[in-house]
Amino acid sequence: MQILTRFIPLLITGIAGLVMIISAFIPYTSEWGQKAGQFFNILAAFAFVLGGGNLLKVHLKKISDQSVGWGYSGVVLICFIATLFVGLFKIGAYPNPNFPNVPFSGETQGTGSWFWWAYEYVFKPLTATMFSILAFYVASAAFRAFRAKNFEAILLLGTAFIILLGSVSAGVFVTNWIPNDGPFGDLRLENLRIYIMQVFNTAGTRAIMIGIALGIASTSLKIMLGIDRSFLGSGD
Amino acid sequence: MLQMKKRNTLPALACATFAVLVSLLAASVEAAPPEPPTNLAAIDKPWDGGGVVFVTWDASTTPIDQLQGYEILAKDLGQTPVELADQTAEQADLEAKDQTETILEGEGVAPQEARQRARIAEEADPAVPVVEPTTWQSLGIISATETSYEATGLEKDRQYIFTVRSIGSDKSLSMMTTPTEPVVPEAAWFNLSKLPLLIALCVISFAVLLFVVLARGGMPMNIRTIAGLKAVDEAVGRATEMGRSILYINGIQDMDDLQTVAGVTVLGHVSKTAAEYDAKIEVPTSRSLVMTAARETVQSSYFSAGRPDAYNPDLIYYVTDEQFGFVAYVSGMMTREKPAACFYMGSFFAESLILAETGNSVGAIQIAGTANPSQLPFFVAACDYTLIGEEFFAASAYLSGQPDQLGSLKGQDIGKMLAGLFIIVGVVLATIQAITGSSGLEDAVNYLKEVILGS
Repeated sequence: MQILTRFIPLLITGIAGLVMIISAFIPYTSEWGQKAGQFFNILAAFAFVLGGGNLLKVHLKKISDQSVGWGYSGVVLICFIATLFVGLFKIGAYPNPNFPNVPFSGETQGTGSWFWWAYEYVFKPLTATMFSILAFYVASAAFRAFRAKNFEAILLLGTAFIILLGSVSAGVFVTNWIPNDGPFGDLRLENLRIYIMQVFNTAGTRAIMIGIALGIASTSLKIMLGIDRSFLGSGD
Repeated sequence: MLQMKKRNTLPALACATFAVLVSLLAASVEAAPPEPPTNLAAIDKPWDGGGVVFVTWDASTTPIDQLQGYEILAKDLGQTPVELADQTAEQADLEAKDQTETILEGEGVAPQEARQRARIAEEADPAVPVVEPTTWQSLGIISATETSYEATGLEKDRQYIFTVRSIGSDKSLSMMTTPTEPVVPEAAWFNLSKLPLLIALCVISFAVLLFVVLARGGMPMNIRTIAGLKAVDEAVGRATEMGRSILYINGIQDMDDLQTVAGVTVLGHVSKTAAEYDAKIEVPTSRSLVMTAARETVQSSYFSAGRPDAYNPDLIYYVTDEQFGFVAYVSGMMTREKPAACFYMGSFFAESLILAETGNSVGAIQIAGTANPSQLPFFVAACDYTLIGEEFFAASAYLSGQPDQLGSLKGQDIGKMLAGLFIIVGVVLATIQAITGSSGLEDAVNYLKEVILGS
């Protein structure tokens, strides 16, 4: 069992990692890296079945137990089955012009199909609604983050004030009395915003990016060599 | 009188004729197209990844002040007009799709979601290809002072011929030069432009392995305290005391993303602590493979905590691959069940703030970790503790406390020192170059920026 649960997964991980590194430097092997990626896609395709089965199991159990919010589980199951049905059977899809007499020749997502309709008029508005909620959360998070509690927080507040004001026309209006070509032109809010974003913000972001790149290199090496095995279960 | 008139008219007529001739001559000189360049040659770029050809020529004999530049054209010898039309259409589609994807990703939409939306938008409104009437494809126009061009983006293993023509300052075009011999932009067995990256990789890997070996040999490794990881026990303890659950979100990417792997690693430690404290941990995932990996990890943690009976696989479940569908589910669940502690460890996009703010509104203690720089400010603003980039990747080593894992962190520090050294050298060189205007230093700075950083 140790071979199946430890040795083989580690071997696959090591070989796949090595192939990806080699394919980055040796052009002749560049397709090997793509092939390794395709293997992952095949696994992920199988996982769809696993995911669908788990979704059914979890929500059927919630309905059966009548646990808190079981009504939502009912909605999830109805939507899941309905989408699966109209997608698999291509309900309402126009036949392919090249094969008009062949059943199911039309495109699932073709304009006019039920699947397309559900995507356009149900899924997209729901997604847009969730996305738009973000605007309110940004406001509430900014309100908390920009409280002038100490010196650092005051600096943050001041910087945010310049950036926000410099990004809107009101900011340009406030300081447009300063000549842009004059010695104090850099103090105009829109110019200050550009300076902060290009110098301070870029420097900070790059420092984080360097750390992330090194972290990725080191973690990848540990995983490839089997030093870090915690993703396979216990690290012991 | 008539004779007198004739005598006076003749010189005037001659003058007028001469003037017309001169102006016609001047006009013809002005309208003459520039001379084409000569000695055109094209060679495949050696030691590259393929698809690049160097084109060189001798400057046109037309004075440089009468030239706007040179236009470089290429022809794919193996390509039929139908293939060309298909390729142009495909390229136009790809460009439109890339543009849509970039905009969506910039807004915080997850990459898979952005790709799907771009594909559907492209199907609804396909880009109309513009096919040139000739099979000569213009690669670009460069300044008249240049006499070479690097043609990139060519198909490997196909034959190309090249030609160049001069463009006059009045936009007139010269004849095309005689096309070059066919060139195949082959890939070399090693891409030399990536050599600096390979060296950096070898140095960092060597440093990591060296410190792993030293740590195994007993060398003491001191790692600074990471507040976010130290707070894990506090968060789990709080959930236990309040009798509420712990929510663990492993990002919204699949197992091929290293952040997800790092998140699963941290999950192992959190679930072990939860098992020891007898707290309930719930892990909704947005990928089925992550669910499987998370189940294995949590099960192992419950076993190593000596509480295999307490493990409940139903608490680790799949929700949906859709970014905002997943957020809607998790936000609703948080509002209903009010978890006492929330962990967000992995790759997040626009949903980061929705999740963190919802967690904040239900009064949960929140610990986040991600390597997506654009989402870090949101987590910092809304969570109690945030693991920033490298701290997140260091979590596995930090939590395990194993000497060889801690050694790898020390090796990482060597990489940081190298990066710092290059930054200092680059800044000093660029500053001195800006003061002195030295062309040698300019070349050195450009080498650092384009070759070393560009690899």
